Amino acid sequence: MSRPATRLTDTKKVSGELFSLTYGALVAQIVKDYQSVEDVNKQLEKMGYNVGVRIIEDFLARTKEGKCADFRETAEKVQAAFKLYLNMSPTVTSWSAASDQFSLVFEANPIAEFVELPDNYADLQYSNILCGAIRGALEMVHIEVAAWFAQDNLKGDSVTELRVKFIRKVEDTVPAGDD
Amino acid sequence: QAYNCLIHFYKRDFVMSGTYYFVIVGHNDNPLFEVEFSSSGREVRKDDHRHLNQFIAHAALDLVDEHMLRTPNMYLKIVDKFNEWFVSAFVTASRQRFIMLHDLKNEDGIKSFFSEMYETYIKQVMNPFYSINTPIKSVHFEKKAQFYGRKFLTG
Repeated sequence: MSRPATRLTDTKKVSGELFSLTYGALVAQIVKDYQSVEDVNKQLEKMGYNVGVRIIEDFLARTKEGKCADFRETAEKVQAAFKLYLNMSPTVTSWSAASDQFSLVFEANPIAEFVELPDNYADLQYSNILCGAIRGALEMVHIEVAAWFAQDNLKGDSVTELRVKFIRKVEDTVPAGDD
Repeated sequence: QAYNCLIHFYKRDFVMSGTYYFVIVGHNDNPLFEVEFSSSGREVRKDDHRHLNQFIAHAALDLVDEHMLRTPNMYLKIVDKFNEWFVSAFVTASRQRFIMLHDLKNEDGIKSFFSEMYETYIKQVMNPFYSINTPIKSVHFEKKAQFYGRKFLTG
């Protein structure tokens, strides 16, 4: 199962189930702490943002690729990051006419593997941390995007679809601090 | 005489035609999940029998606990009998007790049903929004119970 140690950084493998359960416990706790589902969604997105701004450095160090020429290359890099960090293989689809929006479609969502949303949390965006991570990571490379879930397995849809929309290139280099 | 016996046998079968009552009992002796199956066509009126079933199941808990300590097996087979009802039990790794009241012996079916419900229960427990020892209200869980009940118990 383990690959030969030729990587620059050591990869401590963690069981996928442990990760899913940890994330689940986190979401359940946040749900208990906050009153409204909207607040929970915002918190998850914020947490994801903080993950994203840090993980981008690691990603660029490992992949050693240069700048992206256009948004399509960016999409490919995001796709590669999912494979690298979460061993998920989304497909990139549904490009908008202006090539400024795309979708990442996941057949299954491993971090939500055992989850069943209770009725009173029907609006909960359980995997919102992923949206935040994408937003945070791309902001550090001066691309401002919005990311949200268009479809979600947990809500009864057949697939989970994460939509990413390009907003603008960030020229000023002051990154937003941690909230 | 033989004719009378035959009539009695048929009547018996008609009255008790494979009815099952399944309950998951939590650590506080509270029911977490209940469901009934009946292989006869008629509807089983839950209210009529529910109190009696709960009583029988509850009364059997002490025996289940005794058996549990004496064997490494999860499936405890028949632990008690009340009038025409047999009480079978299955204990999970976390000491949740699955109780089955039944009027026909169906060891293989009941054992398979318990095993499948155990898998389903494990999945339920992995849900971060479900707290252990609380009633199970998941539609998915109920569907699985119905499915396995038809498959292994009532046919």
